[in-house]
Amino acid sequence: MKKIEAIIRKSKFEDAKEALYEAGIEWFTYWDVTGLGKSTEEQIVRGQVFQSNYIHRRMLSIVVRDINLEKTVNAILDSAWTGETGDGKVFVYDIEDTFRIRTRESGPEALFNKEEVKKTKSSEVKNN
Amino acid sequence: MKKNILFITALLALSNSTLLAQTAVPAVAPTINSGDTAWMIVATAFILLMTIPGLALFYGGLVRRKNVLNVFMQCFMIVAVISIEWVVCGYSLSFGSSKGFFAPFIGNFHWAFLNNINLRDLSPYFISHSQIGLDGKAIGTIPHIVFIMFQGMFAVITPALIIGAFAERINFKGFLVFTILWSIFIYNPVAHWVWSSDGWLSKLGALDFAGGTVVHVNAGVAAIVTALLLGKRRDYKGHALPPHNITYVVMGAGLLWVGWFGFNAGSGLAADGLAGNALMVTHIAAAAAALTWALLDWFIDKRPTVVGISTGAVAGLVAITPAAGFVGIPGALVIGVVVSIVCFVMVAYVKPKLGYDDSLDAFGVHGIGGIIGAILTGVFASPLIQSAYSGAAYGNLHQLWVQLLAVGVTITYSGIGTFILFKITEKLVGIRATDKHEAIGLDETQHGETAYNNFD
Repeated sequence: MKKIEAIIRKSKFEDAKEALYEAGIEWFTYWDVTGLGKSTEEQIVRGQVFQSNYIHRRMLSIVVRDINLEKTVNAILDSAWTGETGDGKVFVYDIEDTFRIRTRESGPEALFNKEEVKKTKSSEVKNN
Repeated sequence: MKKNILFITALLALSNSTLLAQTAVPAVAPTINSGDTAWMIVATAFILLMTIPGLALFYGGLVRRKNVLNVFMQCFMIVAVISIEWVVCGYSLSFGSSKGFFAPFIGNFHWAFLNNINLRDLSPYFISHSQIGLDGKAIGTIPHIVFIMFQGMFAVITPALIIGAFAERINFKGFLVFTILWSIFIYNPVAHWVWSSDGWLSKLGALDFAGGTVVHVNAGVAAIVTALLLGKRRDYKGHALPPHNITYVVMGAGLLWVGWFGFNAGSGLAADGLAGNALMVTHIAAAAAALTWALLDWFIDKRPTVVGISTGAVAGLVAITPAAGFVGIPGALVIGVVVSIVCFVMVAYVKPKLGYDDSLDAFGVHGIGGIIGAILTGVFASPLIQSAYSGAAYGNLHQLWVQLLAVGVTITYSGIGTFILFKITEKLVGIRATDKHEAIGLDETQHGETAYNNFD
C-alpha cells in the first residue's frame, strides 16, 4: 500500500479530480495549503503594490494498493500539468497497515470494497 | 348609515372649532414633534450600527486573523464605556454652559449624570425646526434625552475610528485608559467649541454639519499621533499587511454607508427638507468617491479592487460629513471625487514614502478625508441649501478662512492633547503590547479567544 501526496495548482484541481476518478480512485482527502517559495505574486492593497511570496496550492492525499500506484501517479502528472514553474510535486510513501473501522478488515482489503467487486464481477469496478 | 356620517361630520366640525379656539390662545406650551422625534430615534440607532458592527467589520476584516476579535472587542468596549462616560460627564462637558472665561472652551457639570434634565424637556439645540417656548426663547422639537442619545453615538464612534491606527499592537488595558482619557479631554472640548451654542468656533461661524472637524479630523489626527508614538508593527514591511477577510471589509463599509444616513441626515435634528438634502448629498458623495477610487485602482494598478472601492466609499462619506447640510449635488460630486484622489495618493504613495505604520489608514482616510471635507465645505456651502450660509464658490471667502482656522485649531489641539494623554497612559499602565503577545496575536493574548475555530 502506498500513500500519494500531491501538491497541485488550485486551478488544476477539477481536472485532477476527473482524471483520478477515471483511474479508479473513488476517495481521497484534500485541503488548501499555503507555502513559501521562490515565485511571488503581485498583491495590491489600497493602491500599494507589493510582492507576496505566499503560494496557495491544494494538497491531495490518496492511499492506494500497490497495483494502482502507477496509474494514479500518472493521472496526476498528466492532469495537473501546465508546463509553467510551480505545477507542484507528487510524493509517494509506504503505508504500513490499513484498517476499515466498520468491518475490522485490515491490509489492502480495507482499501477496496470486496463485496462490490464480487457482485459485479467486473474488473472495471472503481476502487482504491 | 347616513345618520352616522352626519353625526361624524358634526363631531368633526365641533372638534375643529375647539381646536381653533385653542390655537388662538397666545402663549402655547411647546410640544414634541412626533415626526422629528421618530426620525431622530431611528437615526440614533443607525449611528450605533456604524460602530457595531459596521466599523468593527470594516476594521476587523482588514487586520490579520489573529487580531480580528481584538478589534471587535475594542469597538464593543468603546460602545459600553463611552456611553457611560457620556451620561456621567461627557454630555455636560460638551453641550453644557459654563460661566466666565471657560464658557467658550468647555461645559460645566450642571448636566452631569443627566441631572437637571427632565423627561418632558425639549432639546435646547435645533437647526431648522424650532418653536417658541413659554419663556419666549426658541427651543427644539425633539425631547432633550433623544438629543443626548443621538450625540452620545457620535462620542462613541469618534474614539472607535482611532482603532485603525493602533490596531494589532496595543495592549487592551492601555487602549481602554487612553480611550477614556481621550474622550474626556479631547472629544468633549472640541465638540463644545464647534457645536455648543457657547463654543468659540461655533461663534466664529465654523461650519460642521455632522462632525467633519469634531469627529473625523479630531480622530484622524489622534490616529497619526498614536501610530507614530506606538511605532511600527513587528511585521510591518513598508506596505499594507494583506487583509484577512475582505468580505468583512465590504459588509463593514456597506453598514457604515447605511449608518451614515443617520449620522448626516439626523444632524439636522428634524425630519425635513434639510435632512432630505443631507441624505441625498451623503449618498452621492459616497458613490462618487467609491467610483473614483475604483477607477484609480483600475487605471494605475490595472484592476479595480474590492478593498479599494470600500475605502473610497468611506472616504467620500467622511468628506461629505461636515458639508451635508450646506452643499448641493455639485458640491457633493466635487467633494466625492477630490477626497478619493487625495486619500488614494496619501495611502498609496505618501504613507509608504514616509514609512509610518497607520495600520488601517485611520489618518489617511478619516484624517485627510475630514480635512478635505471641512475645507471644501467652506468652498461649496450654497445659499440655496441654507440661505444663511455660503462658501467661497458663492463669493464668501471669509467662510473658507474660518474653516481653515477650525481645522488648524483642531489639528493642533488633538495632536498635542493626544501626545500628552498617550504619554500619561504609557506611564500609568503601559500601552504597547509585548513583542511576544504581538507575535502570537492579540485575540489569544488579550482575550484568550480565537476566531474561526475548527471544532464543532
